[in-house]
Amino acid sequence: MSDFLTWEHLDGLIQGLYIIAGVLFIGALAGLSKHETAKTGNLAGMTGMGLALVATLLKAAQNAELDDGDNLNGVGVTLLIIVLAMGAGGAIGAWRARTVEMTGMPELVAILHSFVGLAAVLVGINSFLDPHAPQVGAEATIHDVEVFLGVFIGAVTLTGSIVANLKLSGRMRSSPLVLPHRHLLNLLVLLASLALLVWFMSYDGYAADPVALVPLLAMLALALFLGFHLVAAIGGGDMPVVVSMLNSYSGWAAAAAGFLLDNDLLIITGSLVGSSGAILSYIMCTAMNRSFVSVIAGGFGSDGAVSGEERDYGEHREIQADAVADLLANASSVVITPGYGMAVAQAQYPVAELTAKLRAQGVSVRFGIHPVAGRLPGHMNVLLAEAKVPYDIVLEMDEINDDLADTDVVLVIGANDTVNPAALDEPGSPIAGMPVLEVWKARDVIVFKRSMATGYAGVQNPLFFKDNSQMLFGDAKDRVEEIVRNLR
Amino acid sequence: MRIGIPHESKPGETLVAATAASAAQLHKLGYDVVVESGAGAASDQPDAAYGAAEVTVGGADDVWSSDIVVKVNAPTTEEIGRLRPGAVLISMMAPARSPELVEALATAGVTALAMDAVPRISRAQSMDVLSSMANVAGYRAVIEGAHSFGRQFTGQVTAAGKVPPARVFVVGAGVAGLAALGAAGSMGAVVRAFDVRPEVAEQVESMGAQFVTVHDPAMEATASSDGYAKEMTEAQVAATAVMYDEEARAADLVITTALIPGRPAPKLITADTIAGMRTGSVIVDMAAANGGNTELTRTDEVVVTANGVTIIGYTDLPGRLAAQTSQLYGTNVVNLLKLMTPGKDGVLALDLDDVIVRGITVAHDGSSLWPPPPVQVSAAPAAAPAVREPAAPKPPPDPRRKVFAGALAAVLFVLAATYSPPDFLGHFTVFTLAVFVGYYVISNVAHALHTPLMSETNAISGIILVGGILQVGSTNPAIAVMATLAVLVASINIFGGFLVTLRMLEMFRKD
Repeated sequence: MSDFLTWEHLDGLIQGLYIIAGVLFIGALAGLSKHETAKTGNLAGMTGMGLALVATLLKAAQNAELDDGDNLNGVGVTLLIIVLAMGAGGAIGAWRARTVEMTGMPELVAILHSFVGLAAVLVGINSFLDPHAPQVGAEATIHDVEVFLGVFIGAVTLTGSIVANLKLSGRMRSSPLVLPHRHLLNLLVLLASLALLVWFMSYDGYAADPVALVPLLAMLALALFLGFHLVAAIGGGDMPVVVSMLNSYSGWAAAAAGFLLDNDLLIITGSLVGSSGAILSYIMCTAMNRSFVSVIAGGFGSDGAVSGEERDYGEHREIQADAVADLLANASSVVITPGYGMAVAQAQYPVAELTAKLRAQGVSVRFGIHPVAGRLPGHMNVLLAEAKVPYDIVLEMDEINDDLADTDVVLVIGANDTVNPAALDEPGSPIAGMPVLEVWKARDVIVFKRSMATGYAGVQNPLFFKDNSQMLFGDAKDRVEEIVRNLR
Repeated sequence: MRIGIPHESKPGETLVAATAASAAQLHKLGYDVVVESGAGAASDQPDAAYGAAEVTVGGADDVWSSDIVVKVNAPTTEEIGRLRPGAVLISMMAPARSPELVEALATAGVTALAMDAVPRISRAQSMDVLSSMANVAGYRAVIEGAHSFGRQFTGQVTAAGKVPPARVFVVGAGVAGLAALGAAGSMGAVVRAFDVRPEVAEQVESMGAQFVTVHDPAMEATASSDGYAKEMTEAQVAATAVMYDEEARAADLVITTALIPGRPAPKLITADTIAGMRTGSVIVDMAAANGGNTELTRTDEVVVTANGVTIIGYTDLPGRLAAQTSQLYGTNVVNLLKLMTPGKDGVLALDLDDVIVRGITVAHDGSSLWPPPPVQVSAAPAAAPAVREPAAPKPPPDPRRKVFAGALAAVLFVLAATYSPPDFLGHFTVFTLAVFVGYYVISNVAHALHTPLMSETNAISGIILVGGILQVGSTNPAIAVMATLAVLVASINIFGGFLVTLRMLEMFRKD
């Protein structure tokens, strides 16, 4: 064994494994862009991760073997610690993955991001404490910056993800927290961190100047606050953007760690994740017709003043479940547009049952999904897939908008702002210009809603008062089940 | 308050102002409802049905002494006399054509609401009885026509020979005309329609019918001016008449619905044309109540001409589908009373500031309120008070600026790189390339896969575990503990992320 660990070509073997792992990761992301190749993609990702871990374990063992005994523990102890820690972590991860409700996906994804953030912070600080770190010259400068940046990004990801998780699971109010001068506050934190970086770099590393730990830890505290404050200021409806943004941050944190440790695999993987998360956020923002900056700056939907003058939209009409059942049974084409409300009411199973029943009766049923429906990009698709709705009848907004005019009945289940005609008709509306599902063009629109309250953006929805819309009040799950019963 | 539903006094009337279902809804609004015994018999609404719907069935006196009386037809003088002073009467009244009725109602001191005077604004559509009735009448006109026509509507090729489809020509594409188009089309006929308003061609075509245009230079001369042919030139009238003649002669069933507000119906189909129509063909004249669209129509009668053309002049087409029409009329009444009973407490509130209420109120407090002030038709916003000035479009950024900025960044980067250690540059190459690879790989990801993609990248970013593994062997206990913790949390990420992705992907299935 020890012969193998001191083999002169071992480094080349490890590098080779890393390169293959990197290629497999790229293949994983590419595979996940299509339904047909998604499972293969996931398999590639797992294989890549397996190879990367094997290579890293070899590297760790090699380091321990080559060490003169002063800085590192023996091979056995090192591997034992790693196996124990990974075993415990793996067991927790597998348990969460198996038991999580699909409606709880956003929370899970958010909390997983925080783990990457935490790991990045720990790795960064460790690297600073490591006596092998370069102490002088350009390499030392770069190393200092890398440590600082890695810890900073990691810390922002950590607290930001925790706040996102709390908001998504409802343990924290989802409305934006608006502190006075919040933009100034964020700017001050950034400037203070920059000043701390300058201070931090004036020392020659931990071994020579242990006091350098002070600016590092001070920055850590500031960054933790910044992460908290950034996400706390963003409302629940913008969470899809926030989650993918945090995803991006966690990638950059990993990339920074790669620079620290001279590890190309970490850099490749981190930047893959970082850029993919950034693109997802960008796609989400386009879907809401808002700039990335305005989402991140937060505070949307908080000040009631933006909703403009109170307008009299007239009366809404109410309908009962049995009448909806009649309407559906006599329709030839039905489109269902779900929103976050469907997830809250856990209505995806009865909705799937309704879909199956109508399709069996020869009614064409399709789903129209707005890009920002739900609290996670693609949230609705996952819920519908869970309830066994075939994915080829679940369409995107752009695919279905032109067909809505020829549709007999549209069921709006727990969606509000994403079907609001004010986005197109009222230039003064806060959601003006946002692309929406144009459900009002259908012959009949049934809106499932708990009450007449406004949606996330705090804007009244003129759809409810259109002549072809009728309101079905109550819990979405109960109502859909009632319709299914009446269809018999 | 109590609502009374009387038996309609008009001879042969089959309608009733409230069915059991709509009466139950009135009851829900807080009203006591009393229906005259036998009132709904002709609409398939027996007294027992009302009884089951928490509605009292009573005699005529109970009904006429109610606070609110709802009926279908305009009241007779005798009926007005039976109303209590201050009572509310809701019915169709044709107030524009019957000034003496309005006068009598005002004198009687009752509040009279005319269902057929609902303003044509979108908010009031759910109360528009004229539309409801025209819809039913259009359908029934096709049924009456089909009944008198000696053939099937649908074309077939059978063992006994080929059956051509019937050809139906509809004049006027209002509510009734469109309903007739739909009904005739769904029975299999070839349907053609004409309307003097060319803009309804789209609606006609949406019902699967063909819109007939008049091909004549005289028409095209003014066709584009305002789209509404109010005063046709003589040449145009002649061209249109030729078209009517040709279409009617070619048709098996002609349905006419042409009406001009406040004037007798125009005579569009001449006796000559009818004489040239095939034996057995049928005309249903839905304008018979206003004199008819053909020269030979006789109101409320069926005429068979010498050459065997049947001309149906029924004016009670809605009443021939009594159960349906009563249900629609009743629902229109319910919608009106919903508007006028804001508290749902059975107390009628007459809010004359509401354009709908004002529009239908013919008499109130002893004085005539007819005609109402003109209503702003259509939902067009009243000259939007604060139309925002569209922001001046940003001048497109000078492309040279972009190039310049890019060049500047490149120069700065090269300068910085020159003074960086080679190791760092190697890593930076990898970094830059990976960012671009990530960008292009993700750019066209299917929207539905965003969530699995996110949990996958999440799992992959657990690669930071590598950092922890490499540090864990340190003899420095602080480093070792922190690295162990890093390994632990990163493992949660890796295993959790991959497994949950797998679980989600298993769920996606194609039909």
